[in-house]
Amino acid sequence: MIFLDNLINGLSLGSIYAIIALGYTMVYGIAKMLNFAHGDVIMVGAYIAFCALQYWGFPPVLAIVAAMAVCTALGVTIEGLAYRPLRQAASLAVLITAIGMSYLLQNTALMIWGANPKSFPRTFINGTTLRIGQLSVSSATIITILANIVIMIALTLFTAKTKMGKAMRCVSEDRGAAELMGINVNRTISVTFAIGSALAAIAGVLLCSSYPILQPTTGSMPGIKAFTAAVFGGIGSIPGAMLGGVLLGVIEIFGKAYISTELGDAIVFAVLIVVLLVKPSGLLGKQIREKV
Amino acid sequence: MKKLFALLLAAVMLMSVTTVFAEDDVITLKVAHIGPTTGAAALYGLATLHGAEIAVEEINAAGGKYRIELINEDDEHNVEKVINAYNAALDAGAQMILGTTTSKPCEAAGAQGYVDRVFFLTPSASSPAVTEDKDNVFQICFSDPNQGLASAQYIAGHSLGTKIAVIYNNADVYSTGIRDTFVAEAAKLGLEIVSETTFTDETTDFTVQVADAQNKGAEIVFLPMYYTPASLILKTAADKEYHPVFFGVDGMDGILSVEGFDTSLAEGVMLLTPFVATAQDDLTVSFVAKYQAAYNEIPIQFAADAYDGIYILIAAAEKAGITADMSAEEACELMIAAMLELQVSGLTGTMTWDETGAVSKTPMAATIVNGEYVFE
Amino acid sequence: MKMTRAKRSKIIYNIVTFALVIGAFFILQSMIDAKTISRSLKGQLVPICCWIVMAVSLNLVIGISGELSLGHAGFMSVGAYTGAVISGVLVNLYGVQDTTLRLVIAIAAGGVMAGIVGALIGIPVLRLRGDYLAIVTLAFGEIIRNLVNVLYIGTGDGRVYSSILNKKLPEGVTMLVDGAKGAVKIKPISTFMAGFILILITLVVVLNLVNSRAGRAIKATRDNRIAAESMGVNVTKYKMMAFVTAAVLAGMAGALYGLNSSTVVPTQFTFNQSINVLVFVVLGGLGNILGSVISATALTVLPEVLRAFADYRMLVYAVVLILVMIFTNNPTIRAITSRLFAPLKSFFRRAAKYAPAVGGAVKELGGEEEGEEQKHE
Repeated sequence: MIFLDNLINGLSLGSIYAIIALGYTMVYGIAKMLNFAHGDVIMVGAYIAFCALQYWGFPPVLAIVAAMAVCTALGVTIEGLAYRPLRQAASLAVLITAIGMSYLLQNTALMIWGANPKSFPRTFINGTTLRIGQLSVSSATIITILANIVIMIALTLFTAKTKMGKAMRCVSEDRGAAELMGINVNRTISVTFAIGSALAAIAGVLLCSSYPILQPTTGSMPGIKAFTAAVFGGIGSIPGAMLGGVLLGVIEIFGKAYISTELGDAIVFAVLIVVLLVKPSGLLGKQIREKV
Repeated sequence: MKKLFALLLAAVMLMSVTTVFAEDDVITLKVAHIGPTTGAAALYGLATLHGAEIAVEEINAAGGKYRIELINEDDEHNVEKVINAYNAALDAGAQMILGTTTSKPCEAAGAQGYVDRVFFLTPSASSPAVTEDKDNVFQICFSDPNQGLASAQYIAGHSLGTKIAVIYNNADVYSTGIRDTFVAEAAKLGLEIVSETTFTDETTDFTVQVADAQNKGAEIVFLPMYYTPASLILKTAADKEYHPVFFGVDGMDGILSVEGFDTSLAEGVMLLTPFVATAQDDLTVSFVAKYQAAYNEIPIQFAADAYDGIYILIAAAEKAGITADMSAEEACELMIAAMLELQVSGLTGTMTWDETGAVSKTPMAATIVNGEYVFE
Repeated sequence: MKMTRAKRSKIIYNIVTFALVIGAFFILQSMIDAKTISRSLKGQLVPICCWIVMAVSLNLVIGISGELSLGHAGFMSVGAYTGAVISGVLVNLYGVQDTTLRLVIAIAAGGVMAGIVGALIGIPVLRLRGDYLAIVTLAFGEIIRNLVNVLYIGTGDGRVYSSILNKKLPEGVTMLVDGAKGAVKIKPISTFMAGFILILITLVVVLNLVNSRAGRAIKATRDNRIAAESMGVNVTKYKMMAFVTAAVLAGMAGALYGLNSSTVVPTQFTFNQSINVLVFVVLGGLGNILGSVISATALTVLPEVLRAFADYRMLVYAVVLILVMIFTNNPTIRAITSRLFAPLKSFFRRAAKYAPAVGGAVKELGGEEEGEEQKHE
C-alpha cells in the first residue's frame, strides 16, 4: 500500500520533470544549446496562469491558453533577441547568455509580482481527491500523468508526420545540409522554441497545481532537475526525456521514502552518475561514433 | 502702527529663531537596513525593509527630537555579500545597523561588527549564533532554542497529544535550531517523536514526509519552518486526507495572507507567534493599514519586527544620547549600555534585553479558526 | 637565442599578466597603507582573490582541457570546510596561535583535500564527454553539498569528533562544522597578501602547465582526441592532470575564502556558484588566463558598483551579461569592434618585436621547457 502510494507520487513528480525535460531536449536537439532560462519560462507561465485565474477571472482552460500564448511569445522573443545573434558562436557563449536570460526573467518577475509567494488557486486540475481503495490520490496527480502521456504522443507524431517536424529532425541531424535542402533553419528553431515554451507553460500550471506555491525562483530547481532528467534519458531524444523525467521522479521519491530524506537529492544524483557511467550517452541517447 | 510692526517683527524673528533652534536640535540618525532585497530570500528582506520604512516615515513626520535617514543595502542572503553590504553601509555613513534580516549573514556581519565596534539590532535573525560571543548584537525576535522549548512545553502542557512528527528544513539554520531544542525538550516531557523527516530550500514535493507522519500515526505534526513550505505540507496532507494537529512557530505567520491560499487548509493550525496581522489593537491596526496602503501587501512578522526595531533604536539612542556627528564606533558602546536598561512596547509585545543580546517577551498561542487567528 | 613569433607573444602575454596582477597589488596595498581605500573595496579584496583563483583554475579545465565542468564550487566548499576545520583544530588542540602558519597549513590542507576529491571524481567523470560530463560534475557538486549539510565535526578532550547524519556529538565538544549551520566560529585570518600570493602561485602553475609539454598534450587532446591518442598521448592522464590541478587550486581558494569569514554555509557553494565562476571564465575568454583574472575581478566588483541602482541591480547585471555576450560573440559586431581596435593590436604586435630582451628575463616564469619547444619548431 505504502509502496503503491510512493509509486504514484513518484510518477506524478516525474511527469512534471518529464514535461519540462521535453522542452530542454527539443531545444537541445535542434538548436544544440542548453536553454537554462527554460525553468524560468515555466515560472512566467505559472504567474500568467495565476493572474488569469486570480485577477482576470478567466476559466481554468482559458488561463492555461493565456499562459501558453504568453510563454510562446516570450520564448520566440528570447530566441530572436538573445540567441539568434549567437547562432555561429561557441556553445558556451550561448549557455552564458541563457544564464543571463534566466537572471533577467527572475528579477523581472520579482519587480512585477513581488517577492511574496502566491498560492496557486484551486482549479479542476487540483480540486478533488480521488479514493481508490485505501489510496487517496489528488486529481492533479492523475491529470499530470495523463497530460504527460498525451504530450509525448503528440510530440512524437508531430516530429514523425508533419512537414515542420521533419524539418526539425533534419536540422537536428545536420544543420548545414538542412539549409542546403532549402529548410529555413531560423524558422525551424523559432518554432522549436515556441513549442518548448508552450510546453513550459503547461508544465508551470501542472507544477503549481501539485505544489501550489509560486515565487520568482519557483522554476529554477525543477529546471535543473529536468535538465538532469533530459541528460539521464539521453539528451535530444523525446522518449528519452520522458523516461528520464519519470524515472528521476520515482527515484527521488523512493530514495526519500526508503533511504533518507536528508540525502534525497544526493541519492538522485548518485543514481544518475552510475547510469551515465554504464551508459555514457544516457538511457536512450544515440551512441555517436566519431569518424577519424 | 510702529508698535504693531515691531511686535510683528519680533514675532517673526522669534519664530525664525525657534525654528532655527529646532533645526539645530533635531538629530538625524543614519541607520542602515541590511537584508536580502533580491534573490530567493527577498521576501524576508523586503518585509523588514518595508516595516522599517513605515516606522521611519512615522518618526520623521511626528517631528520629535530624532529623525532617521534610512540607508538600505542588499545582502542577497549571502555570507560573502553581507560583508560588502555592511561595508557599503558604513561607507555611506551609517551609525548603526538594523539587521541583518537572516541568521547566517547576520552571524558573519555581526562578527565583523564586533571587531569594528558597530551596533546591530536584528529584527529577525533568530539563531543563537547571531548574538553568541558578540556584545554588539541584539535580537528583536525570539531565539530559535526558546521557540523549540516553548513549543514542546505548550504541547505537553495542553495535552495536545503524545505522538509527534517533526518535519524540518535541514539546510536552514532557523528550522534546525528550533527542531534541536524541541526534540530534546520533548524527550524530557515524555512526548514521543514517531517520525522525523527533512527537506531543503529547493524541495517542492512533501508527499514522503507527510506520508511518513501519517503512516506512523502522529497526532501532532510540528512544523518549525516558514509559511511557504508549510503551506505545501498542509496541501499535501489535505490531499492525503490526513488531519492531525499542525503546530507551527512564528515563521508560520503570514500563511493566511498568501495570495490565493485556500485558508480552509490551515483550519485548526496552532502556532506560537508574537505578532499576527489580524490582531485588533490600535497599533497593529494602524500599522497594517499603512503597510497595505504603501505596499499593497499584508505585513508578515518580519515587517512588524523591523517596525519595532526602528522605535527601539530611537528609544535606545535617546537614552544613550547619540548625536548626529557620532561615528558608528562611538555610538556602539553607548547603545549597548542603553539597550540593557530599555523596555519597549511595540507590535510584537513588551521587550527587554540582557547582556546576551537575546530578547525576552512572551509568545502568544493562536489557533486558526475560519481563516482567522483566535487567541486563547 | 632565436624565438618564433608565437613564442614571443606568449612571453609578452605572461609578462603582461604578471605585471598587471603585481601592479594592482601594489597600488591597492599602498591605498590600504595610506588608508585611502574605501571600506567596501577593502572588504572585497580577499573574495576577489579567491574568485580569480577559481576562475583561472576552472579555465584550465574548460578552456585548456576543453571539458565543461559545472561542479567547481564543490571543490571550493571542500577547501573551505577543510581549511576551517584544520584552522580550528590547530587552535583548539595544538594551541597554534600564529595566524600566518595556520593560514598556510589550512590552505595547503584545503588544496590537498580538494585534490583527493578531484581525483576520486575525475576517474569516473573523465570517461564521459561534453554535456554528459557537465551534468555529472553538476551532480557531484550537489552531492558534496548534500553531504556537507549533514556533516558534524568538533573538538574536545584533545581529540577530533566527527559524525555524519548523526547529531549526537558528546556534550562539551566545540563544534567546528555543525551540519546546516555550516562551519561555525571561524577566526577570520585570511589576508590580502595571502590572496595575492595564492594568485601568483596559481598563475605560475597554470601558465607553466599550459606552456609545458603536458599543456600541449592537453590542448591536443582538446582539439582532437582521436588524433592525440593516435600520436601516443595518454589522454586520460593529461585530462586528469588538468582536472586535479584545477581542483587543488579551487580547494586552496576555498580555504582562503572560508577563513575570510566567521562562518561558511553549504548554500554558498551551490550549482549557481559554479555557474558564476563559469560566467567569469567564458566572459574572460576560454583559455585566456589574463581574461579570467580581469573578468573575475570586474564581475565581482560590478554588483557592488551597481548598488546605486538598488533593487534594479541584479536586473542591470543580467542585461549587462547578455549584452556583453552578444557583443563579444556576434561575428558582425565583432568585425566592427576589431576594426576599431586594430591600431591598438598592431601596436602590441610591434611592441612584441622588440621584446626578446625582456622575454629572456621572465623565462623561468613563462616556460620552463624552453629548449624542448625549440626542438619541436
